Amino acid sequence: MSAGRSLLVGLALVAVLALVPVDLTDIGLPYPGLRRYGTYILTLWLVTAIAAMGVNLIVGYAGQETLAQAAFVGIGAYLTAIVTKAGVPFGVAFAASALVTFVVGVLLGFPALRVQKHYLAFVTLAFTVLCWLVFRNEQWLTGGVMGIRDIERPSFLGWPLRNHVRFYWFVLGITSILTFVLWWILRSPWGRAFTALRENPLRAESLGIDVRLYTLVAFALGCAYGGMAGSLYAPLVEFIDPSPFALGPSLLFMLMVVIGGSGTFLGPFVGAGIAVLLPEWLRAWETWYLLIYAVLVMVMMAFFPGGIVGLLSRLLARRGTATGGRP
Amino acid sequence: MTVLLEVRDIEKSFGGVQAVRGVSFDVREGEILGVIGPNGSGKSTLFNCILGQLAPDRGRVRVDGRDVTGLRPSRLNRLGVSRTFQLLQVFPQLTVRENLVLAAQEHRGTRLGRLFGAPDVGLGPEADRMLEFFRLTRLAGAMAGSLSYGQQKLLDAAMAFMSGSRLVLLDEPAGGVNLTMLADLRERLEAINRETRATFVVIEHNMEFVMALCTRLIVLAEGRIIAEGPPAEVRRDPAVIEAYLGH
Repeated sequence: MSAGRSLLVGLALVAVLALVPVDLTDIGLPYPGLRRYGTYILTLWLVTAIAAMGVNLIVGYAGQETLAQAAFVGIGAYLTAIVTKAGVPFGVAFAASALVTFVVGVLLGFPALRVQKHYLAFVTLAFTVLCWLVFRNEQWLTGGVMGIRDIERPSFLGWPLRNHVRFYWFVLGITSILTFVLWWILRSPWGRAFTALRENPLRAESLGIDVRLYTLVAFALGCAYGGMAGSLYAPLVEFIDPSPFALGPSLLFMLMVVIGGSGTFLGPFVGAGIAVLLPEWLRAWETWYLLIYAVLVMVMMAFFPGGIVGLLSRLLARRGTATGGRP
Repeated sequence: MTVLLEVRDIEKSFGGVQAVRGVSFDVREGEILGVIGPNGSGKSTLFNCILGQLAPDRGRVRVDGRDVTGLRPSRLNRLGVSRTFQLLQVFPQLTVRENLVLAAQEHRGTRLGRLFGAPDVGLGPEADRMLEFFRLTRLAGAMAGSLSYGQQKLLDAAMAFMSGSRLVLLDEPAGGVNLTMLADLRERLEAINRETRATFVVIEHNMEFVMALCTRLIVLAEGRIIAEGPPAEVRRDPAVIEAYLGH
């Protein structure tokens, strides 16, 4: 798809998503819009997708591993909660979350990227445990297991975002910008360099690509996406405690990317959608949803390693071949 | 002619095994030097020491008079030194054209500038020229992984020349390539050498290919140079016959 067409499709999708929670019966259309809880779930999906985009950049494009994304979401969430409660504007807290997690990503990545793949996964796993211990034990700062409550939703250009639909639009706007930024990076020579790292770092290095630098940039950028997701998560849920930032959720971020389609642009959105929506759909089955999720992951890995987006691409390509390339 | 590559007293051991033992040679600008020798003679280790993929235990490497010993391959590449590998090293999930653009993008502008500029960094016309030169134009949009082995070998070689490198080290370019494609590859390499005065160092097992392509040969055996000279002379050298050609 050409760049212009991709942008048009993206804008159309954003427009449709913006209308999802809106009651359209007033203008004669038979759609009452999503209720408060539905809008909350949709917002959570967007926030989760931002963090998953970061994991996809690290895992799917740059070919590294990370089990630390929940920790970076936690850093962004706690930083935003603490500083906004102290009176700092949300915009500053959001920017600081991005910057701090980028810098922490560089500091963690610089020594950690001396090891690759599953060794890197272990280093990031240790980092997640360390962060979780800080979130839980440093009560004076994080509130410990009691967490931080009454985190206020911000205003945007004097427009209060207390209302759930307004906050959804705000998150949709930020998600769109972050998606565009990542799309731009991935279609630039940087994106090609990231793909080269994943496919053949030895050859990439011999072509003048500074493998260490690009890997570090991809890792730190992925971490910053986690931090920004965390910064939006705190005012969305209005209460944070250490549990969503532990090792389990970090693994879940990895699974989202795998299920959605590692290294595919839309994979994180699909994966995050399944991770956020599946528990809702399977609510009646309670904890059985984890079993279903696990089976889904095993089936995907065994038969469709490209994830759902990879599978759909293959089906579309096959359909294109069957119709002689006609749409 | 100016000396482009100077290799002096390179030594490299792995545990108790001495793979390269005090190898020295010069490569002049525009020359095509062949490095031959039986399996285990230290050719690839020598290549990797020259190209910064392995740190030599002793010795120096100079390119254009500049000491580049131990310099990382990416830095060396930006100084105008490229290589191909013994085993195929293209990027299968990028198109043929993207592979070529990737091969030269780090030589264009600044890193930050490349982030905000055109996706092909203005390398489109150069990529098209290279595609035509290596007769890959009709495959420009195909995924590199879908090409035949011989076509991938051509692409691999084309990538090494994309950034306009002055010195290219080719590790077994003829390995696994069929006879038709082999003639094509040799012809393309000779044409580049003629037109751009690019300098090649070629490791090769295919004696017919290396004898026809190279203007000078050095022969390695057990990590040492045992003969050096024009192909016809090397072919007659009793030490070479004993170590390599005699079977």
